[in-house]
Amino acid sequence: MTATLVVRDLCKRFGALTVSDHVSLTLPAGARHALIGPNGAGKTTFLGLLSGTLSADSGTVVFRGQDITREAPSRRVKRGLVRTFQISKLFANLTVFENFYLPCNELAGTSANMLRPARRNGAVIDKADAMMADLGLLDVRDRLAAELSYGQQRLVELGIALCLEPKVLLLDEPAAGIPSGETGIILAAIERLPPEIAVLLIEHDMQIVRRFASGVTVLVSGSVLMSGTPDEVMESQEVRRVYLGRTGRRRLAGARDA
Amino acid sequence: MDKAVSFLSFVILYGVSYGLVLFLISIGLVLTMGLMRVVNLAHGSFAAIGGYLCAFLMNRYAFPYGVAVVASVLAVAALSVPIERVFYARLYGASELDQVLMTVGLMLATAATITLVFGPDVYPSSLPGVLARNIDLGFRTFQAYRLFVIVLGVALLVALWYVFDRTSFGALVRAAVDNPSMAESTGINVKLLFSATFALGSGLAAMGGAIGFAMLPLEPLYPFKYLTLVLVVVVLAGIGNIKSSAGVAVAVGVVDTTGRYLAPTYGAFLIYGFLILVLLLRRLGAPGRGIA
Amino acid sequence: MTYRILRRGVHPAEAGYWLALLAIFLVFPTHLSLATTALIFALFALSYDLILGFAGIVSLGHAVFYGVGAYSAGLLALGGVREPISGALLAGLTAAALGACIAPLVLLFDGLALMMMTLAIGVIFYEAANKLTWLTGGDDGLHGIVIDPLFGVFRWSVYGYTSYLYVLGWLFVLFVLVRTIVGSPFGAALQGIRENTTRMYLVGAPVRLHLFRVYVMSAFVAGIAGALSAQTTQFVGLEVISLDQSIDAMVMLVLGGAGRLYGGLIGAPVYIVVRDWASAWNPYYWMFVISALLIAVVRFGRRGILGAADGLADAARRYIARGVP
Repeated sequence: MTATLVVRDLCKRFGALTVSDHVSLTLPAGARHALIGPNGAGKTTFLGLLSGTLSADSGTVVFRGQDITREAPSRRVKRGLVRTFQISKLFANLTVFENFYLPCNELAGTSANMLRPARRNGAVIDKADAMMADLGLLDVRDRLAAELSYGQQRLVELGIALCLEPKVLLLDEPAAGIPSGETGIILAAIERLPPEIAVLLIEHDMQIVRRFASGVTVLVSGSVLMSGTPDEVMESQEVRRVYLGRTGRRRLAGARDA
Repeated sequence: MDKAVSFLSFVILYGVSYGLVLFLISIGLVLTMGLMRVVNLAHGSFAAIGGYLCAFLMNRYAFPYGVAVVASVLAVAALSVPIERVFYARLYGASELDQVLMTVGLMLATAATITLVFGPDVYPSSLPGVLARNIDLGFRTFQAYRLFVIVLGVALLVALWYVFDRTSFGALVRAAVDNPSMAESTGINVKLLFSATFALGSGLAAMGGAIGFAMLPLEPLYPFKYLTLVLVVVVLAGIGNIKSSAGVAVAVGVVDTTGRYLAPTYGAFLIYGFLILVLLLRRLGAPGRGIA
Repeated sequence: MTYRILRRGVHPAEAGYWLALLAIFLVFPTHLSLATTALIFALFALSYDLILGFAGIVSLGHAVFYGVGAYSAGLLALGGVREPISGALLAGLTAAALGACIAPLVLLFDGLALMMMTLAIGVIFYEAANKLTWLTGGDDGLHGIVIDPLFGVFRWSVYGYTSYLYVLGWLFVLFVLVRTIVGSPFGAALQGIRENTTRMYLVGAPVRLHLFRVYVMSAFVAGIAGALSAQTTQFVGLEVISLDQSIDAMVMLVLGGAGRLYGGLIGAPVYIVVRDWASAWNPYYWMFVISALLIAVVRFGRRGILGAADGLADAARRYIARGVP
């Protein structure tokens, strides 16, 4: 079975600084994989290379058998490779509904339609509504995205990506910055992601990683330190030394017993 | 041979003097856009006011030329301080459209005020006799005025270079242009710096308008007319790029003058065609529009 | 300020607007030439709204299309194509074709560079019109443009009855067209581009293609506005393609409210009326009033007259302009 996303030896340099050093990763369909590492390890850069906003110096990105290494971001999105951002990129002055309408509109291919009223775009409207229902955002349907709570905004960020029916979903710290009381909703949403989607999740919170991921890759200074199951990674002496430190180990112990 | 010398001397005298006047007017905008990141389409207004004030003082109160120039420069610089506080302070960090709209409004207001006070026609302005005199070099006669502008322009250029390269004020401005937030966090009083730079830029523009009034005639639509040329200089030099703006301004002056001289029909296009070319080349050398 | 994507129906105030325009015909028969100018400018401002208000393209050279439309219509008439409607359409299509050529260049850019590009192109066209006297009449302009009676029946009188209704007809038809486009899924995508261009790229939208389309359409409408100017005044002067004309479009639109369909349709008449009325006091006073209005609009949130009316309606809880598109 061809894996959905195969990344081989991806390299990226900014002048003298190597931000990605022969990074390889494989995501089969249905994967739930986490990418962890200290700050500045190059995790977000890696997502940028996968989504196409950054162009790699060398290496390949193969998506469902097709080499997309040189493809433009919007083409990759059309193929089903979608990412979210650590800092939400919403349509702040548009309503939640409109935030979902736009991606659904593009996916359905109706955005070239100039003569039909937008409100008759039934399929798209239904999809947007369904997405809001799924994420529990129906009661803020007509509120401007800028007026939502931070947690709700992160939900919208996730929702926009989901509207595009991705085959591979790259999540950049989806729960980051959300007050602990509100994290539940977004974590539940992540858990409810369709099983066929391959998901790569950048996270710092080990509890989330433990709960959600079946595989973990540790990135340090742009290169892969190790890859394995969450247990393997967390047992590893090297990882502990480089990344987890004493506090991390305690949390890990706590998570394991939880 | 004679023709070549005549042509060359024409280009140098007229093109360079024109370019230096453009430099004086544009440097303020280069600074403002680099430092405050405000698209100030009304910048030409300061040049216009400087020119009008100078001519007015000479016509109405018989000020000698030199005094009139200095007086108008100081007046405009002083005037710019409250204007900056009242109108421009809001534009820092505002959207480009807002900046364009506000400054267009200011440009209109200036044009309207000028028309109300001085009338819609070209305002008569005359050079003092010593400058209006013609000098005869054999292959070409020209006004002493042109030479005067070049001399003065170069002197100011040197003075400005000194200020920006050698004084701490200049260093502050360059630092803040380079990295505004960093500058602020090192304790530089940004507000004061902005006001001072704005006043300097406006004063220089007024100087350009005043010493240039025999080249760029004074009329209410002055800010509009020279807006495009000034913007051309700013964009070609690179926003905030103080060093290259002198060279660019002179080049623009020379190219524009030469173009109009050699091919009166199509010469005017030259500089704008050149701008488009530069914009395209810059853009095609750095792809990736719209993507973060 | 956003045109809500699922907007439905026609607001009663809209009917009022168009009826008022018809009423002007009956109530102010002596001011028809001024009113006609106002409507032509409204159409031009509407075209500018498409790119500025809805797609977020800040162009300083939109008069190029207005001017090309005007010169085309004038030249067509002088060349024997005197039927007004086809003349205007052909002029509009010429402007649209030009738009299709310019758009790929202009849309490479963003922000200040885009403004400069449009400015430079505008100046080049102005200088071209100035210099190509055999084509445009240069400084003197195109004179003696004669148009056949409308539908072969209605003559163009000095009082401007036919002119006014002719322009009003065009304005209405094109307004309905623009309204349809803006209310379509395409229109929604345009607003998305204006609000967050990067995100639109990242939801797979063909951003440049969308912008190209709206740019060409905007050029078409602007071209027709220019053509109407040529046809009703029987003259085309350099001012139609000048920087002033481009700035006028911006000012009129912003006055009324950019991003609102009726923005230009309100802003243009206000601008014209103020200009006319203030000129009576003092020929130069109007520029002052307009600049003050513009600065006030920017100062108070750039929502223009319609935005202010919205604010009043909300505050007073009365159904004045709320929901007017």
